[in-house]
Amino acid sequence: MSESAPRRPLPRINKLNAPYWAATKRHELHIQRCDACGHRWFPPASRCPQCLSTDYEWAPASGRGKVWSWIIMWQRYFPAFEDRIPYNVAYVELEEGPRLMTNIVDCDEVDLRCDLPVEVVFEDVTGEITLPMFRPVRD
Amino acid sequence: MKSSLKDRTAIVGVGNTPFGALYRNLDPERSPYDLGAEAFVEALADSGLKKSDIDGVLVCRVPDYGRMCEVLGIRYPRFVNLMQAGGRMASITVQYAALAIEAGMADVVACIYGNVGRSAGARYGGGEGGGGNETGMNDGAYGMTSPGASVAHMFRRHQHLYGTPVEALGHLAINNRKNAALNPNAVMQAPITMEDYLNSRFIAEPLRLLDYCLINDGGVCIIVTSAERARDLKKPPVYIHSMSMAGDFDHQYTVDDCFYDCLQMVSKDLFAGSEIGIGDIDVAEIYDNFTPTLLFSLEGLGFVPRGESGAWVTPERIALDGELPLNTSGGHTSESYMQGWGLIAEAVRQVRGESGDRQVADARNALYACAAPISSALLLRR
Repeated sequence: MSESAPRRPLPRINKLNAPYWAATKRHELHIQRCDACGHRWFPPASRCPQCLSTDYEWAPASGRGKVWSWIIMWQRYFPAFEDRIPYNVAYVELEEGPRLMTNIVDCDEVDLRCDLPVEVVFEDVTGEITLPMFRPVRD
Repeated sequence: MKSSLKDRTAIVGVGNTPFGALYRNLDPERSPYDLGAEAFVEALADSGLKKSDIDGVLVCRVPDYGRMCEVLGIRYPRFVNLMQAGGRMASITVQYAALAIEAGMADVVACIYGNVGRSAGARYGGGEGGGGNETGMNDGAYGMTSPGASVAHMFRRHQHLYGTPVEALGHLAINNRKNAALNPNAVMQAPITMEDYLNSRFIAEPLRLLDYCLINDGGVCIIVTSAERARDLKKPPVYIHSMSMAGDFDHQYTVDDCFYDCLQMVSKDLFAGSEIGIGDIDVAEIYDNFTPTLLFSLEGLGFVPRGESGAWVTPERIALDGELPLNTSGGHTSESYMQGWGLIAEAVRQVRGESGDRQVADARNALYACAAPISSALLLRR
């Protein structure tokens, strides 16, 4: 990417979400798991939304899930995405339950559908940020 | 809702600015206070009340209640506050006004909305994208943004589960435009066809431009008082027969059931203990920031069995002389995006028989409803 190219909006690493981004940088997907009740949740929060315990750990997720829903974005909202239009944006529902915002890669648009089984892959965007993406599970 | 609140309060005044004229005449210096004040003056005249009768003020989208009261010269309101500037707050503002009146905190509450979104270039998208909140996760990293795209996700899921055709959205957009053509104040009045609908450009596919509301400038004011007091005023009271709300907080805006369970709660509370049933609704004004929310509302509120709204919506059913006349002033996609406020004003006018060429014959019971992270409804009757 040239220096003049517009930068895509990036997540802000903070105390709460830092373990998530540290894991993606290692090409691993971790989400929070409650020590008290075992509940998994995403996006990050500092206590379990089920039992309200503040004891949790960032634990590996399987990285597998299915497309809950998806859209094709045509509107030019972000200069950084201008040359990708139209592009897909999907919600993937992980096997563990939580849903993640993502893009589906290595997939023709005609093959996109709700409930499509997918698995995580990683895109290194900057030195700090690696974004989890998902691709169809291939037999 | 407790049945002791039934018919205890009434809407006695409605007023609004022009919508079409403002849409065609941008003004970066336009003030939401001026628009709110213009609507207030209209509503006050409509009610026959004097300014000194107003002892409660709730503002929405208007940035500050203090400035609004100063502009209106209302120095000592007994009940006053600012509602969050979201579309979901329209009926909730009216509900809070009714509660305050019933509790004796105020006698007459002016609910004032003023918005300069179009002149200010409001985009409802871009920036950090959805989710750019305290979690820092930032959906914009994936190019995701805007409430419309969230609704598009839900509609796609609805299509997947129930086979909902996009033409259902087309019927809704066309119906709005047909009604807007009978509303001199509407922004968009030129008729559209299904071909026009299907040819309109995608924004967040499966949603098209004609599924989207028209961001605009404008003001609306709704004056609420007790049923007792309402009976002596200029116009026949429009009673707040019942009202309800319910929250649904999951994944920002994209809930996994298209607000179904939440709307079921709203509907159950709305009709509990009432002699008016859902089949007695003569006219429905339903929040349509994007057309799919109409389908979600029809199902969640119980007009249509779950998953069947796509087949149920036909031009005949939702027309002014149909089974359920819907968004009679043109809705948010054709009249103006006044974040629900214009729809409530229209519900009042329908019940009064003041809607001119778009009047539904003998409309006695009108519903306003909104499907959103706080869903809500008002059942108005004469």
